[in-house]
Amino acid sequence: MIGQGLWSPWYVGNSMTDLDKKFGIDRVIDTPVAESACTGAAVGASLAGMKPIVVHPRMDFMLYAIDPIVNQAAKWSHMLGGQANPGVTIRSIINRGGEQGAQHSQALHAWFAHVPGLRVVMPSTVKDARDLLIASVLCNDPVMYIDDRWLYDQEDELPPIVELELSSQGPLVTQIGSDITIVASGHASLLAKEAGEQLSDNNVSAEVVDIRVLNPLDVDTIVASVKKTGRLVVVDSGWLTAGFSAEIIASVLECLPVNTLKAPPVRIALPDAPAPTSRILEQAYYTSTKDVVDAVKKMFD
Amino acid sequence: MKNQLGKLSNPEELHSPVVIDGYSADSLVKYLELMLTIRKTEQRLALGRKDGLIGGPVHLGAGQEAIAVGVSEHLRKTDRVFGAHRSHSHLLALNPDFYRLFAEVLGKETGFSKGMGGSMHLFDQPSGFYGSVPIVAGTVSLAVGAAMAAKLQGVDDIGVAYIGDGAAEEGVVHESLNLAKIQNAPMLFVIENNLFASHMHISLRQPSDMVARFAQANDIPYEVIDGNDVVAVSQAANRLIDDIRLGKGPRLLELVTYRWYGHVDWRDDVDVGVERSLTDINNWKARDPIVRLSTAMLESDIWCQSQIDELNQRLDDQINKAWDQAMSDPYPSPDATLKYVYSQ
Repeated sequence: MIGQGLWSPWYVGNSMTDLDKKFGIDRVIDTPVAESACTGAAVGASLAGMKPIVVHPRMDFMLYAIDPIVNQAAKWSHMLGGQANPGVTIRSIINRGGEQGAQHSQALHAWFAHVPGLRVVMPSTVKDARDLLIASVLCNDPVMYIDDRWLYDQEDELPPIVELELSSQGPLVTQIGSDITIVASGHASLLAKEAGEQLSDNNVSAEVVDIRVLNPLDVDTIVASVKKTGRLVVVDSGWLTAGFSAEIIASVLECLPVNTLKAPPVRIALPDAPAPTSRILEQAYYTSTKDVVDAVKKMFD
Repeated sequence: MKNQLGKLSNPEELHSPVVIDGYSADSLVKYLELMLTIRKTEQRLALGRKDGLIGGPVHLGAGQEAIAVGVSEHLRKTDRVFGAHRSHSHLLALNPDFYRLFAEVLGKETGFSKGMGGSMHLFDQPSGFYGSVPIVAGTVSLAVGAAMAAKLQGVDDIGVAYIGDGAAEEGVVHESLNLAKIQNAPMLFVIENNLFASHMHISLRQPSDMVARFAQANDIPYEVIDGNDVVAVSQAANRLIDDIRLGKGPRLLELVTYRWYGHVDWRDDVDVGVERSLTDINNWKARDPIVRLSTAMLESDIWCQSQIDELNQRLDDQINKAWDQAMSDPYPSPDATLKYVYSQ
C-alpha cells in the first residue's frame, strides 16, 4: 500500500488503523506529497508483478495523478495488445461536509466511469467495503475503488470472506418493491435504502438497486426492475450535468419497450455548483433522505 | 541560459574517433553492429513514412544510438526498462528484432504490441522492455514503482527510465527523483539530452543546459557524458548500475546527444525548429557515434573496410527482407479493439 497519511491515524478514518505496525512500513508506505509519482509508482509496481493499493485520502488531491490513472493504467493493456496488465487498486475517498468546501468534497466517479479500461467500484455497505476491495486487489485490471467517509459510521456483523471475481460483480437489488425503482451508488445508496424504508411506511413499495460497479456497467438488473415497477429514480452523490445518473437513465431507457414508464425518470444529484463551505449553504447543497422521499412521492402525485 | 555542458553541447567539438584502448574486437564489433542495426532500421522507417506506407507518426532517434547500446549492455532481461515516444533504440538495444518493430509500426498483429501500439507504444517485457508511451514523462514514475517492486521482491534487478531534456521539465520527473531517493529505489534515470524538445532548443526552455542539476537537487549521484561515445556511455552506465545493484539507491546518467531528424518523421525540421540550422545538423553528424567508433576500429587495425562493407550489406539485406515480410503480414482482427480493454 502506498499513499499519503498511511502512517497517521487521521487520514483514512479508522479504515487502516495500525496496518503499518501490522505489516511493516516497507509494505505500507507513507509518501512524499507527490500524488502523481506515487500513483505512477503503484502502476509500475503492478506491471512488475505486485498487487499495490494506492490510497488517496481525498479524491480532489488525486487529480494531480490523472495521467498515471487515465493515460497509463487504463490504457496499457489495450495499447500493448493485452500483454501488460496493471492490476493496481486506486482507493480514492470522497470526504465531504464539515465546511471543508470545494476542494475537499468532490465525487468524481462519473469521470472515471467514462474511461474504458478502468473498473470503477463504489461500495455502500460494510460487507462490500471489504469484499469489493479484496476483489479489486485480486483483479488484474486497474480498479478505481471509491468510498465515502459518510459511510464510515455503519456497523455490521460480517460473514467470513469469500473471494469474488470482480468481473462477475454488478448491481444488486437491496430492497424488493413493486412501485418504483431507486438506483444509487456509494453514499447515495445509503440514502436510497433509508428512503426505501420510509416509503414503505407510506405505502409506496420501492425497489432499491445498489450499482456497486459503475464500469463496466451491467444494466440488466436495473432494466428488469424498471420493467416491473414502471418508475425510475436515480440518486447520485455527484453533480447533475453529465453525471452518472444520466448514464443510468440513458442505458436503461435504451433497453425498455416504449410506454414502459408510468412517469418520467427523475435524477437527484448535487446542484451544478462547487461545494460551499458555510454550514447553512452546505446543508442545502447535499442530498438528504428526505429529498429522496419527497421526490419519489411527487412522482405519484 | 547558463552553459554548463561546455564542449559536450558544442557541435563543433568531439568529432574525433572514440577511445577504445583495452577493448576486445568482439565487444567493439557488437557495439557497431547494434548501432548500425538501429540506424538502418530507423532509416527504413523514415523511408516508409515518407512513402506513405506508415500511417502514424514515427519519432526517430538516428544519431542517438550509442546511448541505448551503451546502457543496455549492462541490463538483464529481468530489469524493468521504460521508454517514451522516441524509443525504437531503447527496445532494439535489448532485442534487435527489427522485423517485429516494423510489423508494429505498420500496425500488423505480428508486431511487438500485436499491432495495437504502433511506433509510440512498444512492449517487450520478456527482454526487459516494460513499455513506452508518448505522454511526455508518462513512464518515469512507473519505472520508479517497478524499481521499488524489485526491492520488495528481494531481487537486485533495477528500474530504468529514459527521459529527454524536454521531459525533464515535467513536474512528475521531480516527484519521481524525490520519491526514488527517499525510497532508496534501485533506479537508473537516463537523461537523453538532445538539446531539443520538439522544435525548441533547451536555451529557450531551461535556465541551464545541464539536466543533471536536478540530480544534485535530490542528492542523487550522477554522471554527465558524451552520449555519442558508446564506450564512454557503457563505462559510465556500468559504474552507476553496479552501485544501484549493490543497494546504493538511484543514479542519474545524463548523455548529451543530438537527433538528426526533426521531432517527428523524416524531415530536418530546420524550418520549424527554433535554433536548429543545417550547419548545426551537419556538425552534429560529424559527431556520429557510428563513424567515430568504426574510424577508431579501422585506425587500430581491429578490422578493415571490407568487413564494414560486408556488415552493411548483410544488415541491409536482413532489414529489407524483414520489411517486406512485415508489409505482407496480417492486420489485427476486427475484434481486437474491444478485446484488449480489460484482461478478461
